[in-house]
Amino acid sequence: MTGGPQGSGVDSSANIFAGACVLGGLWTFGLREYYSSIKGPHSYFEVRVNSDRIRSHVNNVDVLATFDVETLIRHAEEVSPGGGILYDPTFSNIEIDKVDTIETPVVLRIKARLAKQGLPGTVTGILDESRKRGVKLFPINYNDIIAKTAAQIGEHQLSKLSRIVNVLSVSASFAILGFNETYLNQSIERAFASKKKVVDMNEIGAKLAYDAAKTQLKQPFPFQLHPIQNQPRLLLMGVEAIALGKLVGGCRVQTYYPITPAADESEFLESHGNFDISGGNNPGQKGSILVTQTEDEIAAITMATGAALTGARAATSTSGPGFSLMVEGLGWAGMNEVPLVITHYQRGGPATGQPTRHEQGDLKFVLSAAHGEFPRIVLCSGDMEESFYDAIRIFNYAERFQMPSIHLIDKGLANNSMTISPPKADLVPIQRGKLIQGDHQGNGDGEPYRRFAFTQDGVSPRAVLGMPGYRFWNTGDEHDEMGHIEEDPDNRVKMMTKRMTKLETAAKEIPEQEKVNFFPSSKKQADITIVSWGSPKGPILDAMKLLERDGIGVEFLQIRLVSPFPSDAVKQKLATAKLIVDIEQNYSGQMAAVIAEKTMIEIKNKIVKFNGRPMSQDEIYQSVKQVISNPGQNRRVVLTHGA
Amino acid sequence: MALKLTDLKTEVHNDWCPGCGDFGIEASLKMALTEMPVDINKVALFSGIGCSSKLVHFTNAFGIHTLHGRVLGYAQGAKLANPDLEVIAVGGDGDGLGIGVGHFVHAGRRNIDMAYIIHDNGVYGLTKGQAAPTLHLGMQTKSLPEPNINSSINPIMLALASGFTFIARSYAYNTRHLKEMIKKAVAHKGFALIDALQPCPTYNDINTKEWYGGEDRIDPATKRPMPRTYDLESTGYNGRITADMSEDDVDKNLLQVIEKSREWGDKIPIGVFYQNETVPIYEERISERNPSYLKEPPAKQQLAKNDGKSVVNLANLSKGLLFESLVPAQ
Repeated sequence: MTGGPQGSGVDSSANIFAGACVLGGLWTFGLREYYSSIKGPHSYFEVRVNSDRIRSHVNNVDVLATFDVETLIRHAEEVSPGGGILYDPTFSNIEIDKVDTIETPVVLRIKARLAKQGLPGTVTGILDESRKRGVKLFPINYNDIIAKTAAQIGEHQLSKLSRIVNVLSVSASFAILGFNETYLNQSIERAFASKKKVVDMNEIGAKLAYDAAKTQLKQPFPFQLHPIQNQPRLLLMGVEAIALGKLVGGCRVQTYYPITPAADESEFLESHGNFDISGGNNPGQKGSILVTQTEDEIAAITMATGAALTGARAATSTSGPGFSLMVEGLGWAGMNEVPLVITHYQRGGPATGQPTRHEQGDLKFVLSAAHGEFPRIVLCSGDMEESFYDAIRIFNYAERFQMPSIHLIDKGLANNSMTISPPKADLVPIQRGKLIQGDHQGNGDGEPYRRFAFTQDGVSPRAVLGMPGYRFWNTGDEHDEMGHIEEDPDNRVKMMTKRMTKLETAAKEIPEQEKVNFFPSSKKQADITIVSWGSPKGPILDAMKLLERDGIGVEFLQIRLVSPFPSDAVKQKLATAKLIVDIEQNYSGQMAAVIAEKTMIEIKNKIVKFNGRPMSQDEIYQSVKQVISNPGQNRRVVLTHGA
Repeated sequence: MALKLTDLKTEVHNDWCPGCGDFGIEASLKMALTEMPVDINKVALFSGIGCSSKLVHFTNAFGIHTLHGRVLGYAQGAKLANPDLEVIAVGGDGDGLGIGVGHFVHAGRRNIDMAYIIHDNGVYGLTKGQAAPTLHLGMQTKSLPEPNINSSINPIMLALASGFTFIARSYAYNTRHLKEMIKKAVAHKGFALIDALQPCPTYNDINTKEWYGGEDRIDPATKRPMPRTYDLESTGYNGRITADMSEDDVDKNLLQVIEKSREWGDKIPIGVFYQNETVPIYEERISERNPSYLKEPPAKQQLAKNDGKSVVNLANLSKGLLFESLVPAQ
């Protein structure tokens, strides 16, 4: 774990650390926590490293690499016995209540904890406490290293080098973890590729820090990192996985209004706006996506909808507050059967809520947002690969079933980073449904084209604006097959039925493996069945391994498609379950409520978390044990880990 | 084959009130379409919500009747995804200058090559005559329980401040003039606004056809009414900004737009207040980022090969995120 004031390079140091590990063949999972602020308040980043694939973070920290005093004060207690803390020894006499960026309740809590042990409310108190718990302390004199680095590169202004402090802490960590410096240097070179001077100062400093930490090792540190041979892999965040999926899936217009944590995705798309293609209309030509920042989310959804009417695959990307503004436009797209894609990144709500924190509080909202009844697709992804492929699928669903389609993501997935094997571009083929291709004149039957023609499956052949022979009209009013306003009651019944029939068509045509994932227990009859959705998938899968190792049979039903709801699949999986527990990151257990509504199955045990921090592997491991220890009781376990 | 007015008719019953200014705007638009060198298959009409916005259903061209205040979002999105479309947006003054005024301002900043006609009658007709944003302070039209408590928006001045590059005003019953304004607006390279003044015979009993026509003001000499609207161009006014103008001249021109936009009451100017084609359109700005944009806009890109496989080279796209393991083989 590393941390520091926002804007001090916490992210880049964690990315350089993770990058070095991946270059060394290892697998990583990164947890990123930050305040809604630009500079100053505390942010932190945890990177978990393993020789096998991992999907979650854990509660305990083995190495806390600090370069500011606040990170040391806040996180020292999370370091496990046997672990290590790297810190700047010049901080020792600082009093905790003098660090004004730490909130008063936190200061009081830490001081009370120290006082109980008879320790002073200073950094020294924190260090003594850690030492007593068996944590090894590694003082690293950063100023000294920076001065030496400056001397080596001939730079007289030390302030120009102050930014390398984060890399120094990374390097010192690798020294105690016994990890070869080569990987770090390569990672530094990647991170600062275009800036030779920056690379040099970081590498020189890293070497000095590495040696400084190494000399302090009297005996080998209990946690060691060993490089392994491995295939090339991607290190990426959820927003990047989704952006890649969108481009592969044919998204060519993206509109957005800046909002955390969705905007990162649009920025990635914009910075990759021209890309290589093969097999396009003109050989040698590049593909491009138009990314437009709009004046608000209302413009974002309406512009994307207008773009979709021309046949372009179009999307908008937002978070809770932005989605709230988009709702009227969602209804219009539903009424006019527009294949519009909305990527919705949930964050803590309601209102501004916890803008940079994690929550899955919008499930029931997206299912029913907008007045009236109309069909929509709601698809929830659980990890990076799934997000990538689902970002392609959601466009297929939108076009095949001609309805607004919501890809529901959460902040944890959006901002966490993970090492994955490269996804395959052609695993999910592009399917455009009943899109009329080419410029044929009319239907060929002498009748005028009818955009909303009644059909068996509810889906009408779709022409796009500018297509000769296929003139059509759209309106938010109830309309006839041509798209003109029509208030006739018989037409209303037929048109409502047509639209809603599409949901049944989607339910029939989408294969089960795209609706739910089921992870069986190694035991024939599982002791407990976990039901969840979205990013808790990662820690659940990791915790399952531990629980199974303890002899507990665990199976996991991950629900991905929520509209149309896969009632049959869910009923079938839960019918034989011995004990069911619902795990989700909201207060009330929204998925459990949806399951009850759709299947009449009431899930009585719930593990929920709503403190804004994603679930860890350990939390799920412990809480599932808690539930299983008293299967007769209906428990609601509230998880609270995370700073 | 030349487009005829009858080609633009639909079978949809027109339910505007008799005498509504919307008829004049509809007629002018259709006349303009028949006289312009446009392919009707490429014309996409967008409208907001209100009486005016039903216009698209009465016109035989692609017609997208959207949400209240949001017509510009839909229209701009379509135009950007397929710049070959001839996009024309229409809507009332409540729609565009009330609930949708944010989009109005930002459309000016973008300067997308399209036209926007505001049906400006000062009232919300479809909800029975509440005061709309262009109704002047203190006016009490017949359905208002009290006089209008808000100042009015000056659409010309707001458009100028927002960066519109073509700003004109016309009058619904001067169809020849309005038709010419529409032709100029569509031909203009950039975002073009026409503030089309129109009477609402049902709810605006102040700015009536008779009032615009000056029937309360009989010229003593000719014994004929003196219309309140007058043609700007007949006074020698020229609102055009050209690349060779000095900054001083540009300033003078902007000032005269403001000055003319403030005339109201007995003398209401109609015509082109301002036109500036020296501002790059949004499509050109995009082309600088995406060089293939105009050749292959979003609506025209091939997304997949015949077998459905994406055309995108994912390996190249994700290069920055790929890490080759550096560990030497054993």
